[in-house]
Amino acid sequence: MTLRATVAELVREFRASGRIVIVGASLAGLRAAETLRGEGFTGSLTIIGDEPYEPYDRPPLSKQVLKGWVPADHTKLPRMREVDADWRLGVAAVGLDRVTKRVRLADGEEVPYDRLLIATGTRARQWPNPDEAALEGVHTIRSRDDAARLQKEFSESPSRVVVIGAGFIGSEVASVCRELDIPVTVVERGSAPLVGALGGVIGGIAARLQRDHGVDLRCGLGVSSLEGDSGGHVRRACLSDGTVVDADVVVASLGSIRNVEWLEGSGLAAGFWGVGCDAGGRAFDINGVVTDSVFVAGDVARAPHVLYEYQFLAMEHWDNAVFGAEVTAHNMVNLEPHYRPHLLLPGFWSGQFGVNIKSVGVPPFGDEIVFTQGSVEDRRFAAAYGRRGRIVAAVTFDHGKWLEYYARLIERSGPFPPPPSGWDQPADTEPMPAEFPDPRVPTAIPDVVLTGHAPSERTAEFRPRRH
Amino acid sequence: MRIVVDLNRCQGYAQCVYLAHEVFRLNGQEALTYEPNPDDERRLRVERAAAACPVQAIMIDRLDGAEGSTTS
Amino acid sequence: MVEETPWQQALRYANRANPYPFYEELRKTPVARQPDGTYVVSTYREIVTLLHDPRVSSDPRKRPAPAAAQAEGSEEQAAEPIREVLTEPNIITCDPPEHDRDRRMMMPHFVGPPHAPHLISDLEPDIRRIVDGLLDGMKGKNRIDAVDDFAYPLPVTVICKVLGVPMEDEPRFHHWVETALDALDFGPEAASEEIRSRRAGGRQAVQEFARFADALLDRYARQPGPGMLSAMANDNGPEGRMPKGVLASNALLLIFAGHETTVNLIAHSVLTLLRHPDALEKLRRRPELIVPAVEELLRFESSVQFWHTRSAVEDIDIAGTTIPAGAPIFLVYGSANRDPERFTDPDRLDLERRDNEHLGFSQGIHFCFGAPLARLEVQIAVGEFVRRVRNPRLVEDPPPYRHNQIFRGPRHVLVDIDGIRD
Repeated sequence: MTLRATVAELVREFRASGRIVIVGASLAGLRAAETLRGEGFTGSLTIIGDEPYEPYDRPPLSKQVLKGWVPADHTKLPRMREVDADWRLGVAAVGLDRVTKRVRLADGEEVPYDRLLIATGTRARQWPNPDEAALEGVHTIRSRDDAARLQKEFSESPSRVVVIGAGFIGSEVASVCRELDIPVTVVERGSAPLVGALGGVIGGIAARLQRDHGVDLRCGLGVSSLEGDSGGHVRRACLSDGTVVDADVVVASLGSIRNVEWLEGSGLAAGFWGVGCDAGGRAFDINGVVTDSVFVAGDVARAPHVLYEYQFLAMEHWDNAVFGAEVTAHNMVNLEPHYRPHLLLPGFWSGQFGVNIKSVGVPPFGDEIVFTQGSVEDRRFAAAYGRRGRIVAAVTFDHGKWLEYYARLIERSGPFPPPPSGWDQPADTEPMPAEFPDPRVPTAIPDVVLTGHAPSERTAEFRPRRH
Repeated sequence: MRIVVDLNRCQGYAQCVYLAHEVFRLNGQEALTYEPNPDDERRLRVERAAAACPVQAIMIDRLDGAEGSTTS
Repeated sequence: MVEETPWQQALRYANRANPYPFYEELRKTPVARQPDGTYVVSTYREIVTLLHDPRVSSDPRKRPAPAAAQAEGSEEQAAEPIREVLTEPNIITCDPPEHDRDRRMMMPHFVGPPHAPHLISDLEPDIRRIVDGLLDGMKGKNRIDAVDDFAYPLPVTVICKVLGVPMEDEPRFHHWVETALDALDFGPEAASEEIRSRRAGGRQAVQEFARFADALLDRYARQPGPGMLSAMANDNGPEGRMPKGVLASNALLLIFAGHETTVNLIAHSVLTLLRHPDALEKLRRRPELIVPAVEELLRFESSVQFWHTRSAVEDIDIAGTTIPAGAPIFLVYGSANRDPERFTDPDRLDLERRDNEHLGFSQGIHFCFGAPLARLEVQIAVGEFVRRVRNPRLVEDPPPYRHNQIFRGPRHVLVDIDGIRD
C-alpha cells in the first residue's frame, strides 16, 4: 500500500468509527456537531455542556427576553440536521489529559477521544467583591437562567437599576430598562458607552443616544462598593466620586471571561485571551506547536487573521461561532490538502434605544474614523475606521444596507478614507482620531480583541478591575 | 417551532415583520427582534417570512416536522 | 453596419420571449460598456455589489446632460416621455436622504403602524374573494386568457383599493400606462419610425395621468377618503407632509408598478408552470409549496428585467472595468437571476430551490416597496389557479409579448381548460 493510500484509508476509518468529543454545548458546539455529521462522520460523538439545557441562542437574552416579550426558555436553537450524539448536559469538563486523550468531567467520569473540539466559550465576569456580588438584586447576564432572574426583577418595577459597564450588553440592558420605563443609571469607567469596541467618537454619539432616552449616564467613574440592607438585598451603589445611587437592582456587565481553567496543565496555549489556534481551528500547544487532535471554535478561540497583520484575534461574535465551528469541524475529519481556513470578516449587531448598530471588521485596529454617509445628528449614518491609509472596519447606525459595501472595501484592503459617497454626505467628512482608550485604561473590553502575534500569548493576565 | 435569524445578514428589509408581526418586530427603523421559539400555529406565517427574506437570514429548525425537513 | 452587442440583441422585440441566450452571452463581460456609453451589468455578484455602493445614484437628474451628438435611440431619448413629465422625484428615482425620508413617510400608510404592520395581511380575505370571483367567471369556458381574465384584474383591483384610486377610472389609466410603456424602448428599435411616432403619445399619456393624480390628491386634500393617497395627502406625522408634487410622482409610481409587475409575475407564473407539467403537478399535490414556488418564479422570470435610472457619481472600479463618473448603469436583474455562478442549474425550474436569494425585488435601499403585497397576491392567485383549473393547456408557445423591455411580460396567455373546480 502506498503512503497516500494509507492516509486516505486512515481518514476513511476515522470518519467511519473515530471518537469525537465536543466540550461546549452552545452555538459553536451544536453547529460543529451538525457539520461533522454533514461531512459524513459516523463515529461516536459526545457533546459535553455545563448547563443542563440543550443549545440555546444568547443574543435574545439581553433584548427580547429581558423585555419580557420572549420567555427565557424560548431561545432553543433550531437544528439544521440530526446529530445523533451522546449529550452530557449539566456536567462541566474539569480537566484534559492530552497524553491519554481523555476529558475529565466534574462527576469524575473520563471521556476518551480521538479528536477533541474545545468550544467552551465565555462566562460573565462577576462583580469582583464576592460579598457584594452575593447580595440579592446583583446580577450578571450571560445564561438563560441569568436572563430569567433579571427579567423577573424587571417585571417587579424596581425603583432604579444600576448598570455597571456600558459595553454592548450593559447598553442593551439600559435600553430595555428605558423601554420598560424603569429608571436606570449606567456607570462606565471609560469616557463613553461602547468606547472599547467603537472608540470615543462613536461612544459620544452613543452617550447622547442614552441620555436622550432618559438614561442617567455617568462616565469616567467606577463603582467602589455595593451596599445592601439587613435582609441582604442590594440598596445602593457608591461611586468613585463619592456619590451614592439608590437602586434595587444592579447589573454588572463587566465583559466576559474565557472558560479555559479546565485546560490548566493540558499544555495547550490557553490563557486569558482564550485558546490559541491556527486559522483552521487546530489548537497550539504552549510552545506554539500546532496539535493534531485538539481543535478550537467559538468565543474561546483566538486565531491569526490575515487581514489584521496576522495578529491573533479573539472574537465573541455570533457568526464567528457559526462559521468557525463549520470550518473547524470540517478540518476535524479531513487532512491536508483539504483543510479550510476560517477567514471571517468579523461582524456584529446591537439593537439599542431603537437604533440598529452594526459593524464589520475590527474597529479597535483603526486609529482614525471618518463619517461617510448620512447624518450623525439623526443617528442614521455610516462611518469607516482606518489605519495607515487603509480601511479596517466600519460601523453603521440604522444604515445596515450599506455595510456590505464597506465589508468589500475592508476585504480588499481598500483606501482610507474610502471614496466619498455620491450623495447624502455627512456634515463633516474629515477623518479624525477614533479615540480608542489606551489599552491600559480599564473599560469594557471590546468583543473583538487583537491579542498579539504569539500563539501562546499570555501577557494580558487577568487583572481584577477595581470598579 | 424553533428559528434563528442571522442578524449579521439581516439588513432590515422587514419583509418578515409584514408577514408575521406576532413573531418578528422592528425596534425602531431597522433593528429586528423576534420570538425564537414561536407557537406551532404560526408555522405557515413564519415559513412565508423566511421565504420572503431578501437575504435569506431566517433559519428554521429542520427536525421538528417542517415540510421539506430533509437535511441538505 | 456594426454588429449588435448581446445587450442590444436582448432588447430586440423579437427576443422578448426568450432573452436568456443573450444574457448568457452578456455575462461573459459582467460589466459591459455599450456603444451609447451605458454600462450594462449582468452578473449576480456585480449587481449586488453596485446595489450597495454609495457611489451609485438612482437619480437621473444627477447625470450629466447627454452630449448633443449622442446616438439615436440612446437611453436619454428613450426615457424622455416619462422623465420629461415627471420632474419631481419618486422613491425609485432619488437618493438618500430624500429617498430614505420619503420611504419612511410612505411605509406606515402601506403596511400599517410600526408596532402592528397588519395592513397587508388584512388584505388576504379581499384578495381571496377577488381571485375566487375571477376563477368562478371562467366556469363554462373552454379557453381563457390568463392575462386579461386573471393576471390583470387582480393586482389592479387591489392597488386601487390600497391607494384609494376609484375603480371606475381604471380604463383611463390602463390606457395611459400602456401607451407610455409602449413608447419606452432602450434598444436598437428605439430609433424606428414606429417607436418614434409612439413617443408623443406616450408623453401625452403621462401628462394626462399626472393631471389625474394631481386632481385626485387635490380632492383628497379637501375631502379625505379611503386609502393610502388620502392618508398621505393629509399626513401630519413627525416628518411632516410630503410635498404634493413628490406625492403625485410616487402615486404614479405605485399605480404603474401595481399595474405592471404583479400582472407580469402572475402571467409568467401561469405560463411557466404550464411549460413545466412536473412542477405544476407537484404544486397540485403539495399546495404548501406555493411559498417557495413564488420565490422561484420571481427568480425564473423577473418582472423587472432591469432598471435604468442609475449612474456612477464617481469612477467605480468593478470586474476589471472602470465605470466612469456620469455613466448610466443598467442592472439586469433578469440575467443575475440566471447567473450559474450564483444559482445551481439556473435555467431549471426548481420549486424547492434552497438558498434562493434572488433579485426579483432587487436589494439594498430600493428593494421593491410593494413586495409584501405582490407576494401575497401571487401566492393566492397562482395557488388557486393550480388548485381549481382543470387540465390547463397552453394554446400558443411562446405567447405574444408586450413591447416593454423593463416590465417584461406576455400580452396574452391563452389557455385551454376543462373546467373550474369549486
